[in-house]
Amino acid sequence: MIRLFARDISLAVRSGGGFGLALVFFLIVVVLIPLGLGPDQSTLALVAPGLLWLGALLACLLSLDRIFGLDYEDGSLDLLATSPLPLEAVYIAKAAAHWLTTGLPLALAAPLLGVLLNLSFDAGKAMCFSLLLGTPALSLIGAFGATLTLGVKRGGLLLSLLVLPLYVPTLIFGARAVRSASLGQAFDVPLIIVLAISLGTVAILPFASGAALRINLR
Amino acid sequence: MLQVSNLSVARGGKLLLHDVSFSVQPGQALVLRGANGVGKTSLLRCIAGLQTPTSGIILAPETVAYAAHADGLKGQLSVLENLKFWADIYGGPRPDVALNSYSLGNLAYQPAANLSAGQQRRLGLARILVTGCRLWVLDEPTVSLDVQNVALFRKVLKAHLQGGGAAVLATHIDFELLVESLDLTNYIASVDMSSSAFEEALE
Repeated sequence: MIRLFARDISLAVRSGGGFGLALVFFLIVVVLIPLGLGPDQSTLALVAPGLLWLGALLACLLSLDRIFGLDYEDGSLDLLATSPLPLEAVYIAKAAAHWLTTGLPLALAAPLLGVLLNLSFDAGKAMCFSLLLGTPALSLIGAFGATLTLGVKRGGLLLSLLVLPLYVPTLIFGARAVRSASLGQAFDVPLIIVLAISLGTVAILPFASGAALRINLR
Repeated sequence: MLQVSNLSVARGGKLLLHDVSFSVQPGQALVLRGANGVGKTSLLRCIAGLQTPTSGIILAPETVAYAAHADGLKGQLSVLENLKFWADIYGGPRPDVALNSYSLGNLAYQPAANLSAGQQRRLGLARILVTGCRLWVLDEPTVSLDVQNVALFRKVLKAHLQGGGAAVLATHIDFELLVESLDLTNYIASVDMSSSAFEEALE
């Protein structure tokens, strides 16, 4: 499983579509927001938590169909399915690689980009923590969606339609944590809920994804 | 090593093969023959565990080395990295022997994307060696190979069989060393899965 994880990281780095794509998309979204909303700093600070979370969520969405799609097309998913590695472990390794190449860079970049939206230091800290705890859920749910749409032609849109509603709880509580921090309130409860969502997806989705992969590879 | 009993295989809701039975012993290779679309690939996928048969029993080792039409190579990785990856996944032998067996030593550090179709196929076959599996399930393994490389594959297969391994292949190439051949034309299903005759045929 670690070997598959390492291979996926290596492929993401070499193909250039992993780290860079989501981060650049996130940067563009954050830069465009003030152009649309105007330069009023209090307005920007008010909407920043939700918009940053939404930007991160959409940036995650960009590369979801590549998680299993490339392996499906070149036949290596079939070979992985016949290997001693359980499909549940394949799912975990691939979701973890997606998180490391997409979710983690977004979480680290978000507080810096938050400055562009007049996000306070405390709120930036909460943004970083909430994304660190919440993006694993985004990768796991997204990878699950990718197993469901495996082999579907132009499945990217269907994948987005399937996954976006499942992202709602993470978005609500993640943005809530940042909003609370920006208002100077305690933000530990929404953070714990975001963590619980991530842990819940780790516990449940590997089995559902393994089953979905088995069905779609037939 | 492999026992297939009364197997029925379907694809896309259509029954392809009905009541197929055969066994493959250690040291033996079985060639599946039949026209295009007869169900060779579907049968191989059933043996590899990728497809559920409509009925029947397959007794096979828990892990088999499966090679499909697509080689499952990553173009961004080198030849050696591709082999190392699969060796690690299977816990199989080091890739050196596999590289030498298919004369890939001088290409070890080349990205797989730079290989020709024949070289990629050789790398795909070398992957089978690093799995360390005793049963090989190979679908058209000699596609894209020239005469010299078909001979290379024959030599590797022979060594595998002499070492107590076994293989099931779908191929149109005639290998002198293969002892068994199964013509799937004799098992073409004559009933429609959607018809009531299908239920009766299964019984």
